[in-house]
Amino acid sequence: MSELNRRHNYGLDLFLLSVDEGITGYRDDSLETVKRNEIQYGLPLKVVSYSKLYGWTMDEIVKLIGLKSSCTFCGVFRRQALDRGAALLKVDKLITGHNADDIAETVLLNILRGDIARLSRCTSIITGEDGPIPRCKPFKYTYEKEIVMYAYFKKLDYFSTECIYSPNAYRGFAREFIQDLERMRPRAILDIIKSGEDFRISTSTKMPKQGTCERCGYISSQKWCKACVLLEGLNRGLPKLGIGRSRGGSIANVTRIWNKRMEHRVYKASSVEVWTSEFSCSCINHCMQLNEGLLSDDRCNRWFGTAKRRALIRSSTLINHLCSLLYL
Amino acid sequence: MACNSGNCQSGCYKDSSIETQESEKNKAQNDVVKDRRSTEHLDDSTCLKCKVNRTIAAVNGVGGDFNGGDNGRFCADCFRSNLFGKFRLAVTANAMISPLDNVLVAFSGGTCSRVALQFIHEMQSRAQKNYDASRDRALPVFGVGVAFIDETAISAVSSDDLHRAIEQMKLIVSDLAPPVKQFHVVPTEAIYSLKAGDGKDRLNELINAVSDVTGKEDLLEHFRMLSLQKIAIENGYTKVLLGTCTSRIACHVLEATVKGRGYSLAADIQYVDARWKIPVVLPLRDCPIHELNMLCSLDSLMTVEVFNGTRAGINGLISSFVKLLQEENPSRESTIMRTAGKLTPFHFNRMPEDNDYNGEVASRRRQKKYNLKTKDALPPESFCPICNSPLKISTFETSINFDNGKTSSNAIGAACCASCQFQVLPKDPSSLEHFISLLPPSMVSQAEDGDRLSQKQLREQIEDCLLSDNEDGT
Repeated sequence: MSELNRRHNYGLDLFLLSVDEGITGYRDDSLETVKRNEIQYGLPLKVVSYSKLYGWTMDEIVKLIGLKSSCTFCGVFRRQALDRGAALLKVDKLITGHNADDIAETVLLNILRGDIARLSRCTSIITGEDGPIPRCKPFKYTYEKEIVMYAYFKKLDYFSTECIYSPNAYRGFAREFIQDLERMRPRAILDIIKSGEDFRISTSTKMPKQGTCERCGYISSQKWCKACVLLEGLNRGLPKLGIGRSRGGSIANVTRIWNKRMEHRVYKASSVEVWTSEFSCSCINHCMQLNEGLLSDDRCNRWFGTAKRRALIRSSTLINHLCSLLYL
Repeated sequence: MACNSGNCQSGCYKDSSIETQESEKNKAQNDVVKDRRSTEHLDDSTCLKCKVNRTIAAVNGVGGDFNGGDNGRFCADCFRSNLFGKFRLAVTANAMISPLDNVLVAFSGGTCSRVALQFIHEMQSRAQKNYDASRDRALPVFGVGVAFIDETAISAVSSDDLHRAIEQMKLIVSDLAPPVKQFHVVPTEAIYSLKAGDGKDRLNELINAVSDVTGKEDLLEHFRMLSLQKIAIENGYTKVLLGTCTSRIACHVLEATVKGRGYSLAADIQYVDARWKIPVVLPLRDCPIHELNMLCSLDSLMTVEVFNGTRAGINGLISSFVKLLQEENPSRESTIMRTAGKLTPFHFNRMPEDNDYNGEVASRRRQKKYNLKTKDALPPESFCPICNSPLKISTFETSINFDNGKTSSNAIGAACCASCQFQVLPKDPSSLEHFISLLPPSMVSQAEDGDRLSQKQLREQIEDCLLSDNEDGT
């Protein structure tokens, strides 16, 4: 961008925006490179960190939740961090380095996950045009290999180590597949992008209605933005809050934490020890409604019968603690 | 508020005697419970549907979540009826088969086509029984025929193995009577309508001219469809029934995506595909392969493996990828299919309208669901001559041949979709003409028809600007 700006006199004011997720051995090293780029290109640099924005680093989050859903947290937090950083810099456009491989992976992931709404948007080269700061992806049609080759032969100062948590990401499936595919047919990456652009997706497909988060004011289609929901879960010691499918208000979200895989765990939340045993989340949901007097005893009986009733009784100790957590 | 045992009226804390009273009250209220084991003894090994028999997984001694779930949820009878129910719903909801139809079942000997054949036979038998029992016999019974495409010209199968396989298939088909079903065995080279040896040579020459492995496989698949269409037309069939299942469609979704066929993907995966002369129906679309395998195992349905099913090139890579995804999450295939199912289908993805009431109702239902306009309101689609996939407007507009003579090889090549141009047509332009000359006549004539249609549409658009013969003074 700075070369094009110089060569063709675009007249653009360029800034560097970096996000510090707090990943030791990865982000701390790459930020050193970014600081050198700041001097090399003479561009002002702004670093926004998760610890300042959210009070959590990725290392702390991974320590709490494990490796499986770490990319969900990082991705959601990074998106908001970029928008906040861009707003602080008062810029008109945000440019990201997403390349053809990234977009092809995203197309595949959205197919695998059934996200038709994202599938319709993910190949757009400019997104968020109706928002305050649109985003552009000028490398949309550029292969990662080409970018690496350019950087290597031009002896650019760059950092090329993968995130230490990425091996556990679901995106890894798509990435490995695309690498195999590229070996067989290099043009397949562009073909995937082309397919993504050409998919016949109805314009009347239900798209989320854009509003603002009640808690932080960020754009959100729900009452709370995803970052706030995830943060709430982290702060309450309920890290699965907002992970996976969750609809409805906080009660439904809390109950969905303990899913039908029947986990035995000990949580420490607000210095209260909660011991969980076997039960189904629908049980808990109804039990909580029982507690609130929203569900009659008789109805619960009819729905669950004796076997589940035992589960309700066993887990009532848990319900006490859950209620105290929610209403503290 | 937090529940305290003293004040709580929700009933969380109860002693065991009250619990027993409630369970007895529960049993008395539910008549069905009287005839079954009490809910106290319900566990994971009891069928969810009938709540009487043991699940298949329990009987076989495997985990409840084996291969995606239904084995661990249903008993054998309920599993069977559930699977047949999906098939029948697909047929009735999409008005696939009317009483006057003559249905050609594509039979490869594999699991999917075997189950498709079995189910269509069961539907036909029931219809026949109803017909025999009815007084006026007003509603006739649809006919069923079976077709097997002999691909020995292009595949390394010995004639003995093939002969044995065909005999087994004949036995399978003959066992599915009454009603009697005709069994057609047709070689691939029959699409050339030439003498046997000439057709075989031409077919081999054409296949060898395709350098890309994936392109070869895809071309053979197109030839399979052309063969089925030819058999159906020559023998008076009105529908072609394929045993394409969820798993196959999931692979096809990814194959189409990586080959740049995103625009035409929606056309290939619907229940009905009426762009062909004889409409093609996919009633097993909602059935995953592991359920079909389970049914074959439960009912001891004989299957015949003739040609090596291993796929090569990109198709093989995708098969392995989907298998890996399925191991990681048993419902991944269904999710992929569901995603693709949300793409807007084409106007030919519904049964052509006829006087049949059921067809009209189903047709209107799907029109409403996808906001499809009637056929007349939309411009006719243009199709790739090789794979018959619908072309995006920008693609076919640039391929219109402006020569007044016969459609040239270059024009036919340009009329193909980008994927066929890359993986099927020769890279060297000097070989294109010879390659086009090797294509089956039906493909070439389709290209010519398409060209004529494009010219006609273009003429209609500029009609008002054209000078008539009287105006130019000559």
